[in-house]
Parts: sequence; C-alpha cells; structure tokens
Amino acid sequence: MPKDHGIGASPMRREDVRFLTGRGKYTDDIALQGQAHAVFARSQVANGVITSIDTSEAEKMPGVLAVFTGEDFVDVGGNPAGWQINSRDGEPMKEPKRPVLAHGKVRHVGDAYAAVIAETEEQARDAAEAIVAEIDEQPAVVDMGAALKEGAPLVHDEIGTNQCFDWGWIEDNRAATDEAIKNAPHVTTLELVNNRLVPNAMEPRASTADYDPGTGDYTLYTTSQNPHLTRLLISAFVLGIPENKLKVVAPDVGGGFGSKIYHYGEEALVLAAAKKIGRPVRWTASRSESFLTDAHGRDHVTKIELACEKDGTFIAFRTETMANVGAYLSNFSTATPTFLHGTLMAGNYAVPNVYVNVKAVFTNTAPVDAYRGAGRPEATYSLERVIDMAARELGIDPLDIRRRNFVQPDQFPFTSAAGLEYDTGNYGALVDKLEEMIDRKGFEARRKASEKNGKLRGLGVNTYIEACGIAPSNLVGVLGSRVGLYDAATVRVNATGNIAVMVGAHSHGQGHETAFPQVVAGMLGIDENSVEIVHGDTSKIPFGMGTYGSRSLAVCGSAVVRATEKVINKGKKIAAHMLEASEADIEFADGQFSVAGTDKFVGFGDVALKAYIPHDFPLEEVEPGLEETAFYDPANFTYPAGAYACEVEVDPDTGKVTIDRFAAADDFGNVINPMIVSGQVHGGLAQGIGQALLEHTTYDADGQLISASYMDYAMPRADDVPFYSVDHSCQTPCTHNPLGVKGCGEAGAIGSPPSVVNAVIDALQSGGHSNVTHIDMPLTPSRVWSAMNS
Amino acid sequence: MTQVSMTVNGKTVSGEVEGRILLSDYLREDLRLTGTHIGCDTSQCGACVVHVDGKAVKACTMFAAEAEGAEVTTIEGMANPDGSLNTIQQAFQDHHGLQCGFCTPGMVMSAAALLEENAKPTEAEIRDYLEGNICRCTGYHNIVKAIMAASGQDVSAIAGE
Ligand code: FES
Ligand code: FES
Repeated sequence: MPKDHGIGASPMRREDVRFLTGRGKYTDDIALQGQAHAVFARSQVANGVITSIDTSEAEKMPGVLAVFTGEDFVDVGGNPAGWQINSRDGEPMKEPKRPVLAHGKVRHVGDAYAAVIAETEEQARDAAEAIVAEIDEQPAVVDMGAALKEGAPLVHDEIGTNQCFDWGWIEDNRAATDEAIKNAPHVTTLELVNNRLVPNAMEPRASTADYDPGTGDYTLYTTSQNPHLTRLLISAFVLGIPENKLKVVAPDVGGGFGSKIYHYGEEALVLAAAKKIGRPVRWTASRSESFLTDAHGRDHVTKIELACEKDGTFIAFRTETMANVGAYLSNFSTATPTFLHGTLMAGNYAVPNVYVNVKAVFTNTAPVDAYRGAGRPEATYSLERVIDMAARELGIDPLDIRRRNFVQPDQFPFTSAAGLEYDTGNYGALVDKLEEMIDRKGFEARRKASEKNGKLRGLGVNTYIEACGIAPSNLVGVLGSRVGLYDAATVRVNATGNIAVMVGAHSHGQGHETAFPQVVAGMLGIDENSVEIVHGDTSKIPFGMGTYGSRSLAVCGSAVVRATEKVINKGKKIAAHMLEASEADIEFADGQFSVAGTDKFVGFGDVALKAYIPHDFPLEEVEPGLEETAFYDPANFTYPAGAYACEVEVDPDTGKVTIDRFAAADDFGNVINPMIVSGQVHGGLAQGIGQALLEHTTYDADGQLISASYMDYAMPRADDVPFYSVDHSCQTPCTHNPLGVKGCGEAGAIGSPPSVVNAVIDALQSGGHSNVTHIDMPLTPSRVWSAMNS
Repeated sequence: MTQVSMTVNGKTVSGEVEGRILLSDYLREDLRLTGTHIGCDTSQCGACVVHVDGKAVKACTMFAAEAEGAEVTTIEGMANPDGSLNTIQQAFQDHHGLQCGFCTPGMVMSAAALLEENAKPTEAEIRDYLEGNICRCTGYHNIVKAIMAASGQDVSAIAGE
C-alpha cells in the first residue's frame, strides 16, 4: 500500500475540492464593488507609426469613464528585461523601452496603443472601437534571417539594428570546438526549426486593480506566477508605486507555463486607471488577445553539428541559433535562449568541446519568452535530433550511442563542457529502466503487425538533462541576472498548535497546498491537515520569487525546510526550559521533544502553547512566539534527467502520425508526492507532443498572426495522446538541497519532442524513405506526407 | 433588455438581460456562479460546459435569453445533496484528474453527460467525447482514467500513480 501521508506519499490534493465544486477563486471571479472595465485598443498592423489618436468620440460614448493612450505614460518607466546579456564583443544587449501603451509606434499586431475604462465591458468595447487611430503602416519584419539583413525595416529605429545581441558560449571554447570539428572523422549537420508556440494556459490573463484614496494603497489582483516579482517590477521600474503601498494578489491561477511570470502593460494600466477614476478597474483577456499578447515560446532557427569518432564517441557539438525575441524584451526573454539553452548543450554527455552562438532578433511579432522548459527544450531537441541522425549514419543503435557517451555515475560532480556542474545522476540506469518499460524486444513484432495494416511503425528515443530549480543568485548575478533567485518561507505555529506556512512559491496547478504540508508535517511529526499553506499575496507572504523553472520544491521547499528547522530549534529551547534540562540534551522526533536517555518529554503542541502563553518563560533567553522565516538561495541548479521513448504509427497514405505509446523514465531525486510528480510529467508530455505534432504559431509576411484561435492553433486534445507510462524510481538525490529533490515541472515538455520526431523518422526510414532524415515540427500530416513524397 | 427566467441548480432565477449577453456571462456575472469558466472566444475550449435541460452545452454558445424556461445545471450544482463530491468529482480527485482546475468544471460536466449517454465508455470513446474540452495541465491521462473509474471500470492496470 502506498503511504497516505508524509514525505513520499500521495494524499488527495486538498485544493481539488474547491475546484471540483466551482468554488475556486480565479482573478476574473473577483467582483469588487463599483468595478469598471478596461478594454484595450490594439494595433491591427505589425509595424506602424502612430500619427494621431483621436479619442474624443470614444470619450463621449455611454458609460465611458476614462481613456488612456501612450501619451499618458511617457513619464513612467518601461517594463525591463531581467537579465543583461553581453554580446561576444562585450557590447551590452540592445534594450529598447517597453512602454505601458505603445507610443509613437506600434510594433506587433495586438500592441495596445489605447485603453478605455467604462461602466461595463460592452461599453468599453464599443468605445474602444470608436477611437480613431491614424497608424501609418510600415513594412514588417517577421522572418529572423530577413530581420538581420542590411536595410531590413527596423522594429526599434532608435537602436539601428534588429539584433538584440550576438552571444557566444563559451567564447574561450570556440577555437577548440572549430578545430575539433574540422579534424573529426565524422560530422553530422542538422538544420532545424524549434517551432514557435503559444503557452495557452486555459485561464486567460486578467487583472483587477483597486485604489484606496484614503490610504493611498493599491491592490492588484492578477494572474501571476510570482506576485512579488510583479510588484517589484511595477514599483521599481514602471509606475513607481512604493512597494509598501502596493499589494499584489495572485489568487487561484489557471495554469501559467511561463506566460504568467512576466509583468505585462495591462497590469500597470488598470492600476493607473483605478487611481484616476477612484474605482476598481477590471480587465480580462479574450482568448484572441491572449494569442496576440501573451509571451510566446521557443522560435529558434538552428544549425547544429555533431563531430564524433566512427565508433560514435562524441568529440564536439557546435550550435548556431537565431532566437526570436519578438517586438519587445519580455522579462526573461534574454536569459531563455542563452543561459537556459547554451549551458545545456553538452546534454548528458562527457563530450569535450561545446560551443554555442545565439543571435537574438527583434521582429514585429509578440514578445517571446520562457515557456515550459524555456531554452532547455530547444537544447534537448537540437542535441537529441542530431545524435539520432548521427547514430543512423554510423549504424549504431540510438540508445547505445548515448550510453557510450554518458557522464558516468562515478564522474559526479561533473563539469560539463558547457560549464555547468552536474551534481549527480545515473543516466545508464534511466536508459535501462526505459528499455524495461517499452518492451523493446517486442517492437519488431509490433512493427510487422502495423505493416500488415498498411502502417509504418517507428520507435524514437532520447535522453535529456536539464538545469532547474533556478537559481543560485551569486552565479546568475555574474551571468547578468538583475534579480536574485532565492525563495522564502515563514512557518507560523499558532498557539493551538496548528500551522500556517507562508511561501514565496505560487501554485497554479502544482499542488503546493498539498505537497508543502507533507514536508512540514513530516518534519514535525504532526498531522498534515493541521498545516495550511498561504501563497500568492504579497501582504501575507515573505518576499519570494514565485514559481517557474521547476523551482517550487527545490528552492521554496528548501526554505520551508530551513524555517521548520528553526522552529524545531526554538522549540528545543522552550522544551529544555519546560523539562528543566539542558538544551543540548533535547531531542526532537515524532512530534515530541524529549530529554536524551530519559523518558521525559513534552509534545510539540505544549511547546507551541508555552511559546504564546509565556508564563514562567525564560524571556531573557528566548522570545515568545513560535514563528520563523528562512530565505533559501540554492547552491546550484538541480539536474533532473531522463530517458524517453515514443512509438508511433504513420499512415503512409495521409502522413498522419498516431502516438501509440510513450514512456518516460525520469530521475527527480527524492519524490515528495509521486501522484503530483506523475501528473506534472503527463502534462509536460502532452505539451511536448503538441509541439512535435500539432502546435504552430504562424505569422504571415505582414506580421498578421494566422493562428490566433483554437480553430487555427492545434492544441493537443484527449484523442491526440495515449496513456503514458511514467516512472521516477531511478533516484539520485540532489546533493545540495535539504530534501534531495530536483525539479519535475518542465521535464515532460523538455524531454518529449525529440523522441516523437525520432520515431517518425524511424517509421519513414523503415518504409524505405531513406532520404527523409529530418522534418521540422510540427509533424502535421501534410509535412509528413510531403516529406515522404518529395 | 429582455426578461429571462430559468431554473439554475434547482433554484428559480430571473432577471433582465441584454440580448447579446451569453449564458456563460449571465451565470458568471449576474448569478455570480463563477465555476463556469471562459477559456476562449470561439466555443472550442469547453471550460464553460453546463447542462441545459439535461444536455451538455457550451454556455458561451448560447444567449442567456435562449435559456428562458430551461433547467440549467452548473458545476456548483453537481455535488451530492450533503455537499460531498459526487462520483465523478470524487474520481477526479482520487485519480488526480485536475491540476490548475480551470478546465475542470467543463470536464466534469462533459463527463457527466457522457456517462449519462454511455454508462461504461471505453478509453477511445472517452477521448473522442472530450474532443471539445481542452486541458493544458494534465495531458488528459488522469482525466480519462478518472472517467473510466467513475463509470465503475477497473483502472488499476493503467500506468501512473
Ligand atoms: S468558453 Fe465556451 S468553449 Fe471556450
Ligand atoms: S487542469 Fe489546468 S487546464 Fe485542465
């Protein structure tokens, strides 16, 4: 029987009951007394000079309370990039201002240049349509290659180029890598596109602002993965509202996947509007607005070369990538294609030479930033596709070529050729586990059966490693991060013994309300139902950096552990006094403080009560109360790794790919809640399969977003995916955080696209299409069919 | 403005609505039944599924005025009379069929309609039926499993925690 409580158990998620009965409270569910509604006027063109905006008609429309344009925000700050990247020549990246509302120029379809506040949403919408904007359309740049050409139209005239930066990693390794490739017995070269995706959290972004003229306090309810970061950006950079006058609340949030990490202009607008009209102001994106304005993901055009010996031993990887950053720099957009991508380009392998060049390019498209995996899926896809291709060219089994090059268990800690220090791992064990899961021996029989039915069957495999649980502040500071990436927790033991834990992490599907109590209750030896988690409200929680980069448990969970340890240590002091023993003799286990070697003990609850009713209390040694805060800054990233396999059937008549089975063996170190971990993997797999087979964000040459609705953007549906086989029994605990855990939130999305594509190529090759060595994602029927028939 | 009255979760409600107000907006804004979610503007995500006269309907495809006289059930009306989770809701919790919870009301309402039509659907039938419900979090694995379990099928052989 699986345990039903404590660390390693899968208790039912306590948040589920409210979600299952319709009592969740998402931002748009909040209705404030007297709220007005905001609607934005957005650019229909991808690149245009705003010659005039006439709001006079709109202002006269029924119900209209205020109209804003970019003019109203020229004196406030821009929404900054959180990470400074320097080009190879040492030049800092180009950082054009990202205003609250477009001013002077619009730079992508959907760029907001005005906003109307009205009594009702319908009135605001009608009035927004009555705004007369003269926008002189200019030629747009959409394609990155074209954007970098001399004379290309400029997204930001003031910087004189569309190149944001030209980054090399590691620059000192460049010459050696070039040399190794020049002299290698075998070089496999692959040009590929990592397709642009829209994160598509099912809850659209929404923000409601309130302003109290009596106190000057602002409250912003918003769909955020990190309310403190949002507050910091608004306070320090954009509106200048003092942090202690701005409360940011991210209540229940319906998925994020990266897209809700960032601060967006709509948040600043509703705050400014609430102050101006003296009433709450609410805005909720339509899905079309989400497609046009949420930060998109991926969008790399890459050339990767793998140099190896004839026996498949890797000598070097060299990668050249163009990464789209869209029209403006979103908060993490510069870190994603660089430090979250280039540093992973050694994969799970003991390869001696790695060099990565990334050119980030402005285009007249929505901003591009971290989407589930953020840089690491791009790294994994490039590596694991080119390795598969090399294995095929050299006639080596695709798992064997990987095994041959793995960093071996006795080599940890291992500094990869891309500069990361992997603390622990056992990649061979993952591949062994994978083989066990997929019945590889039975594959040939399954292939024959498919062939009998006129279908081609393929098996694709890959491994991955990723760096998550971001991030050590000292390290990222050196690399250009403008923020620290610690997290924080406060454990408040109440007088009656129950506990509130205030965490900086934010749950938008990850089940923190269930998993964090498992940790605290497990450490304190108490019932986890007496532990409540508080998150998402800057007025209640300590300053934390929120949830992204698979960091909640690895970073914030570590802060929770540290704070709980402090509670135990203070409890020992109190217990020593109560038991009339020396503090050094007090031991804590199973909810009891006892004097070592005696049968004297006092329960945790009694100590808590004593802390708050400090009669006969050693006040000169211990303060009353039992509440502790810890900030935790990780010593390193955590390095989850895995081995994935996908089996597909391809219909040669139509090119349609069907996923028959998918197996994922992951090493997440210790697992706190296996049910939640599996769920995280499942979700990531569907997103990776979506990227591989279905999802594609398409702009036409004029910068119109063609795939701006669920009719045109193919989201994975229930019948696009199989039951997955997932396993996380191969565990090499993280060596540097107290729980020994590694992040699990992004793994599925990072690890899955290559095995899908590898499987399709395998299927086509088995059907005699030996010329088809690569197809760009998504592998739609038409792309597969065309490849087969080219 | 049009006068509408209908029964929602067993209670008679009535009010004035603009002709262009969708049933989904009426439920959320006028009745404050915010469990019915809006995930799209093209009637494709299924977050807004409710039952109208016993049939699963995307509440964003219908004007409030069109529900005149109808019996409407929303997610808020699905629990057992004593407030405990009904069989489908319980199966979703037992099998981790939800993460962020945003698609969940629509999933539960669709699942209930499916099981009404087909008491023991196969995996393929469930996946096919859920074509109109998008979930971005779960990868559908545990949703399909939960619905099979809710219909009394043994799901212990299906992989996963
Ligand atoms: S809101 Fe009704 S289907 Fe999306
Ligand atoms: S649980 Fe989040 S969209 Fe389904």
